[in-house]
Amino acid sequence: MTTRNAEDEIAPPASWDVQGSPKFARSSGVGADDVFKWLVYTTAFAVPAVLVALFVLLVIDAWPALARFGLGFVTSSNWDNVKQQFGTLPYIYGTVVTSLLALLIATPVGVGAAIFVTEYAPRPLRVPVSFTIELLAAIPSIIFGLWGFFALTPIMRSTVEPFMKSVVGPLPVIGGLFQGPSVGKDLFTGGVILSIMILPTIVSISREVLLAVPTMQREGMLALGATRWEAIREAVIPYARVGIAGAAILGLARALGETMAVTMVIGNSSRKITGTLLTPGYTMASAIANQFTEADNPLYFSAIVGVAALLLVVSAIVNIAARLMIWQISRGGAEGGNRG
Amino acid sequence: MNTNQAATTSRRSLFARLSATVTGAALLAACGGDAEPAKAPAAPPIAAKAEPTKAPAAVPTTSAAAAPTTAPAPASSGAVAITGAFDGEAKTLTGAGATFPAALYSKYFNEYNKLTKVEVNYQSIGSGGGIKAISDQTADFGATDSPMTDAQLKEAKGGEILHIPMALGAVVATYNIPGLETTKLRFTGETLAGIFLGTITKWNDPKIAADNAGVKLPTEDIVSVHRSDGSGTSFVFTDYLSSVSAEWKAKVGASTTVNWPGGVGGKGNEGVAGEVKQTPFSIGYVELIYAVQNKLGVGLIKNKVGQFVEPNLAGVTAAATAAAGKVAPDLRVSIVDQDGATTYPISSFTWILAYKQMTDAAKATALTRLLWWGTHEAQKFNGDLGYAPLPAEIVSKGEAMIKSITGAGKPAFPGK
Repeated sequence: MTTRNAEDEIAPPASWDVQGSPKFARSSGVGADDVFKWLVYTTAFAVPAVLVALFVLLVIDAWPALARFGLGFVTSSNWDNVKQQFGTLPYIYGTVVTSLLALLIATPVGVGAAIFVTEYAPRPLRVPVSFTIELLAAIPSIIFGLWGFFALTPIMRSTVEPFMKSVVGPLPVIGGLFQGPSVGKDLFTGGVILSIMILPTIVSISREVLLAVPTMQREGMLALGATRWEAIREAVIPYARVGIAGAAILGLARALGETMAVTMVIGNSSRKITGTLLTPGYTMASAIANQFTEADNPLYFSAIVGVAALLLVVSAIVNIAARLMIWQISRGGAEGGNRG
Repeated sequence: MNTNQAATTSRRSLFARLSATVTGAALLAACGGDAEPAKAPAAPPIAAKAEPTKAPAAVPTTSAAAAPTTAPAPASSGAVAITGAFDGEAKTLTGAGATFPAALYSKYFNEYNKLTKVEVNYQSIGSGGGIKAISDQTADFGATDSPMTDAQLKEAKGGEILHIPMALGAVVATYNIPGLETTKLRFTGETLAGIFLGTITKWNDPKIAADNAGVKLPTEDIVSVHRSDGSGTSFVFTDYLSSVSAEWKAKVGASTTVNWPGGVGGKGNEGVAGEVKQTPFSIGYVELIYAVQNKLGVGLIKNKVGQFVEPNLAGVTAAATAAAGKVAPDLRVSIVDQDGATTYPISSFTWILAYKQMTDAAKATALTRLLWWGTHEAQKFNGDLGYAPLPAEIVSKGEAMIKSITGAGKPAFPGK
């Protein structure tokens, strides 16, 4: 795409020369070129500049808390306005756990739905199915929150959580994730509601990526006698995996910052970190939403701004890690291609 | 397999949308329902407009509880009454702060605008925000449910700040115990502190049973529910627990946000109430007005003289009356756990914050007139909206404060 544009830009001067008055055309062209160049530079640098300014401002406002607590700001679990102690570990933990859980649930479902739409669905069904899924993205998160509060949590408490406890609970290692009383308002429910919210992102991007896989890939496999499933597994998914990973990352990015819906179902309790998912938790975003309005003393205010700065850092770390992962995958893909 | 998955997904999403819509509609309906009682007092607007001073007689207080001790308050204003616009006063005022009295203030300011044509723009951004706004002089007045600390007062950019009480509120304990829906449980300060500290974990704990003879308490675990957002309601509740329980004071303390020892957090009164309704064997705390409007079951609380009192507006005004004799002159006082047989112990003032020396004379005049009207004629709106009116003793202390406000060096209140 970019290379084609570059060619287009090279072409015009030649045509102007042919048309005559080359001097005038060239000089005005050069002027416009400069203006355009600077315009593009400005727009390109404005975005990172906003990000940097945002981060700098957050750090300035958060400085009193950061300076006072140092590393304890991220390693301590004690968040106490009365005693003026602020440690954010439970918030970081809650954010990471719910987001990863959401990713774990939403990725297989989302990719499955995308494969159905691109590979299996009869034409008349494609549009309604993908339209319905993408409509989920248009629902404001507060509505998800209300639905989660009134509809999802009672189901989680009375049915899903007891089921998980009886089926997964006795297993070694992962059984530890489903221990304790079923409250309904906990990390597990937070992860489930997030998974529903990031589903449309994952579905729509995966679908685009799968549609971009050349038909030749599939036809080649099928011609070799492969079944449909084999064609998808061997030819389509390997071709699309970088894009699918990218879809998952965009979903993860949304999950990390999601605020209202999670706030309403997560239980908002930061007292202790336990291994189980069935315990009320807290995310960084909901901590800010809950506490910002009444942060009436300077250190408390600064600590909450500190949480915002941390959220930015955690999102950046997750995004960078995910990008490294994509890079690894795509390198692996290239090698696989060479072998083939 | 994939077909199945996708079908489930789309069905689920459809269900999600449907139930979301239904919930949204139900919520809207509920809001509409809530708005009704708020509008009710406006029904005889002619009376209010034409002769505000006579209005207390014309508008009957629907909650009988509020009537007895409070009726004299407007009368005590004597000859001084705000009856219309005043030359030379500012036509707009901005305020910011507490969410707890927001419904009351919007009623006040709406009525006041009809009376005097002064526009009051109030943003209910929370007490912390209100304190910040007045300290930084970004609003003409602030509003708060928890009094400013000495340190906060020192940081105010415009000099001395006055705390003028506008109304009284209360916090109630609401619970959900299957089988005891109609029973009014009795709590003491110690049992409430124990429950929220996590030292009392079962409903049939001997300490709870001791106050509730004859009630068959279940053996279940108690789920405590608190406010997850910073809130004046939490301040009043934790202030009460701190004043009755040394252990609470040492371990947790009083603030708009505290480090809750356990339990589940819900956002806003509706979050806490919803959580309690949904979760069997839970207990939470909400504002009195919220419990009244939503007909929640509430517990009786033992007051300082040993009586178990049901929360109502009369009990709240009684707390303020009991406190009035001994309060500090700046009225920055907590009125939890006061003396008096009918006193409800978890009560609180809500204040408007104003600078004593205002630089803008026109605004100072407008603000003092608004405050005067608010602490006198407007008190008649309190009962219907679930706030207890101020007792006469507090009103007269407020009068002295309002009269002390100056605009550009001269006394600001014109006396009418």
